[in-house]
Amino acid sequence: MKKIVKMLLVALLVITALTGCNNGGKEDEPKTIKIGLSGPLTGGAAIYGQAVKNGAMLALAEVNAKGGLQLEINMQDDEADSTKADTAYDELLDWGMQVSMFTVTSGAGTGVAPRYDEDHIFALTPSGSATTLVYSDTKVYETTFQMCFSDPNQGVGSADYIKEHNLGTKVAIIYKSDCVYSTGIAQKFVARAGEIGLEIVFQGAFDDSSATDFTTQLQGAKAAGADVLFLPIYYEPASSILKQASDMGYAPIFFGVDGMDGILTMKGFDTSLAEGVYLLTPFAADATDDLTVHFVTEYQKAYGEIPNQFAADAYDVVYALYQALTAGNVTYDMNAQTIADIMIAQFTTMTFDGVTGTSVTWAANGEVSKAPKAVVIKNGVYVNAE
Amino acid sequence: MAFLSYLINGMGLGSVYAIIALGYTMVYGIAKMLNFAHGDVIMIGAYTAFYCLTMFKLSTFTSIIISVVVCTILGIIIEKFAYKPLRKASSLSVLITAIGISYFLQNLAQILFGTDPKVFPELMRNSTFSLFKGQLTLSYKTLLTIIACILIMIFLTIFVNKTKTGKAMRACSQDKEAAQLMGINVDNTISITFAIGSGLAAIAAVLLCITYSTFTPTLGSMPGIKAFTAAVFGGIGSIPGAFVGGLLLGIIETLTKAYLSTQLSDAIVFMVLIIVLLIKPSGLLGKRIHEKV
Amino acid sequence: MEKMFKKIFDKKHISRTVSYLIVIVGYIIIQLMMNTVGIKNLFKSLLVPTCCYIVAALSLNLVVGVSGELSLGHSGFMSVGAFAGILVSGLLEPYLAMGWLRLLIAMLVGGVIAGIVGLLISIPVLKLQGDYLAIVTLAFCQIIKSLLNNIYLGVDNNGLHFSFVQNKVVLSNGGRMLLSGPMGATATTRLATFTAGFLLILFALLIIYNLTYSRFGRTIMAARDNRIAAESVGIHIRNTKMLAFVISAILAGMSGALFGLNYSTLQPAKFDFNLSILILVYVVLGGLGNMTGTIFATIILYVLPELLRGLQDYRMLIYSMILILIMLVTNNQSLKEKVEALILKIKTRFLKKGSVAND
Repeated sequence: MKKIVKMLLVALLVITALTGCNNGGKEDEPKTIKIGLSGPLTGGAAIYGQAVKNGAMLALAEVNAKGGLQLEINMQDDEADSTKADTAYDELLDWGMQVSMFTVTSGAGTGVAPRYDEDHIFALTPSGSATTLVYSDTKVYETTFQMCFSDPNQGVGSADYIKEHNLGTKVAIIYKSDCVYSTGIAQKFVARAGEIGLEIVFQGAFDDSSATDFTTQLQGAKAAGADVLFLPIYYEPASSILKQASDMGYAPIFFGVDGMDGILTMKGFDTSLAEGVYLLTPFAADATDDLTVHFVTEYQKAYGEIPNQFAADAYDVVYALYQALTAGNVTYDMNAQTIADIMIAQFTTMTFDGVTGTSVTWAANGEVSKAPKAVVIKNGVYVNAE
Repeated sequence: MAFLSYLINGMGLGSVYAIIALGYTMVYGIAKMLNFAHGDVIMIGAYTAFYCLTMFKLSTFTSIIISVVVCTILGIIIEKFAYKPLRKASSLSVLITAIGISYFLQNLAQILFGTDPKVFPELMRNSTFSLFKGQLTLSYKTLLTIIACILIMIFLTIFVNKTKTGKAMRACSQDKEAAQLMGINVDNTISITFAIGSGLAAIAAVLLCITYSTFTPTLGSMPGIKAFTAAVFGGIGSIPGAFVGGLLLGIIETLTKAYLSTQLSDAIVFMVLIIVLLIKPSGLLGKRIHEKV
Repeated sequence: MEKMFKKIFDKKHISRTVSYLIVIVGYIIIQLMMNTVGIKNLFKSLLVPTCCYIVAALSLNLVVGVSGELSLGHSGFMSVGAFAGILVSGLLEPYLAMGWLRLLIAMLVGGVIAGIVGLLISIPVLKLQGDYLAIVTLAFCQIIKSLLNNIYLGVDNNGLHFSFVQNKVVLSNGGRMLLSGPMGATATTRLATFTAGFLLILFALLIIYNLTYSRFGRTIMAARDNRIAAESVGIHIRNTKMLAFVISAILAGMSGALFGLNYSTLQPAKFDFNLSILILVYVVLGGLGNMTGTIFATIILYVLPELLRGLQDYRMLIYSMILILIMLVTNNQSLKEKVEALILKIKTRFLKKGSVAND
């Protein structure tokens, strides 16, 4: 019996720890706009979450230093898992989130997109690129917007670029079959290639459990005589692919998408392996425009590394939110729903200049419109490929 | 010719599995526990070698030695603090503790080393050689991995069969109490086994990184599960079994990817495993333990 | 009447009565709190998954604790149940407006399909023993995940469209994808409720307790404790073990279906090896064969990482340390005594202070 009492006590403790009054305890006058954000801070995808966190915090410090509208960001860990993101969303609601930076990854974002829509809270994702973040088969989520390209755009854009610039005649693809981002782009690429008459000679996949050894897929591509290898994957496996291709003496033209950005700044990566790699990306860390130069130097000062596309997108998201919040005359005491209406009106009409694109606009369904830039790596730096 | 080259690549991959599986199998044979933290010891080995090479600019040989030493000490520490107090507990409790250690090492590495992928420095000149008038291209790295694996296997077999410590290990694996009565220090023997298993992990780490270059704090988890599978495949507790199991697993995986499907390779590999276990319920080289009435 | 009371309160059945009571009281308290003082959104969102994990852990305890076989692939059954349930609910949506009925059907179908898969798997699995059995369950979990990652299924006016490995599903206007490879099921209508979770726990307890306290239970425990002796008195070990395995799969499938319908998106990758291990941790910590313990272990261990959210990057590190410490303290006699002595010391000091203050 004593044991039971003990157990009940523990249960009670847990319950009290989790309980709180939803409406009780009126706080002092709010002095910030509360921005929620969830992304992977632990687990295998933590690198993307960390990059977004760094980019966002850098922008936050800059924006708040201006002395105007003060912002506050609360980032919750979701381990890139849609069910954990759901819990993180609730944690952010408890905190009193007024506007959101949504999630870092597509998989997690797809899970909470309907909730943002139902609760009518504005959310702008830095890097969740799947279309399912902004609309489903049956409805458009009113309040969710994207800062990065959507996956179909990248697939179509890449196929078009390869065809138009005659990079090759026989294309091979290696993609990650358990990754939403990678399969999304690969499928659109294949479909588009069929439409414009680009021959795909080999399709190889890998997944989490086989993300180290790519020799078999590379041999398949080589045997099929592919002269262009399309890699709609993140830079970490891509770097291994480049290495293993070079080890076996296979040298097609490699073509990557925005996930490939970051490969040059990997510690210890032999950049000569990436020589001649094409990639379609909205952000290039060595661009010479003032905004990018400023961002890259400040980022390096703060974190000691060169920002990748995730950090850049997050940096832009904070500035875009700030621009819309200021233009819409949002005040600290407004509730999330009122702010959402203002933000939707702002985002569908405004133009934004950031490090990942200039004259950026948004469609009513939440997709971003900015020009993808094709760059090619020469002597270890990005060069505009025209 | 393509088949031969797939086969050799498969052997390369399989050799890495085999070296990790040897670590699993040795510990299992003596402590009768699945050391799920083994994969994460590999990860620590990779980071140690990496920092020795890049930050301290040590030579390749010294780096590998330091990495082996660090992993060995880590193995002993883990054994002493986490597993030893559980000698009398149920095997499931030990399994859960091992999983706890695995989580601990992974998250510790994330905080200490960061989550960004690191690229392992090039230790061997990027060199391939051709056979059969250029029809078959092989890399020295693959060959090195295979040779290292065979050497380790031979060394371990001799060690276990010929040396005094090895004999003590075998005695412990058969009957701990009887071994103790014969004057064998069971605790020390188990510690030594952990030390050897963890030292092997460091070598596996370096080989893994030479071939696949990029690594993160989760480096050990997938090869860990695969190697565990390989160890069971070959018959857990058996040293030649781990070698054969690892090699076969690597070859099957590569050939499946080459000729059947890259998307479903995982499913097919595990299907083969199940079929093999149905035919040989104790793995390929495992001993069938007869129940005593 | 008196007989019934006796049955409820006699020594043999008291643990069973206690677990029912705890679940019911817990439910009432939480319901009351939700309707009066209100609880945090975070806590609310944890209710249904906690129920699901409790049922999954209970069902795994039937295999690991009662039947004595180590299974490392339990999340596979949850996965099958979850996606079957989501599919059924999605297909029924235009025809059946009542959410709770759809949820019920989805859970039943999820359970049945997971049960069928469990039956198929149990045939090879139960031919093996010990760690070989464990690795085969792990293999099945990986196979299920790998297959689900490659299934594309859509529905439109012309019926169902299916394709495997590569998405070749083209839907006419108004059609929607039910399963899309690694993305899994998206835009699911969320039907799961805390009450459903509570009822499922009661159902699982009912089944498990009735099994273990019946002839079947005695048979299976006899088979666990001494295989050869059990065989010699004419017990069909394989059949009993198979029954336990299938029932466990059915319950896991039902919990999976409830879990799946609690989220608008569910990916096959969610049900991986790590989840199987997580559930196993709940079972081992709660005590093999101890259902009440399993319930508490699940609640505490599932909620703990969420309570540690404030620690950000460090939370999983601390979680793992707590896990190791718990295992060490509960399993090592000398450590256990030390901790108990420490608690006693704190208690006496605390009480002394209290009494001084009272003076």
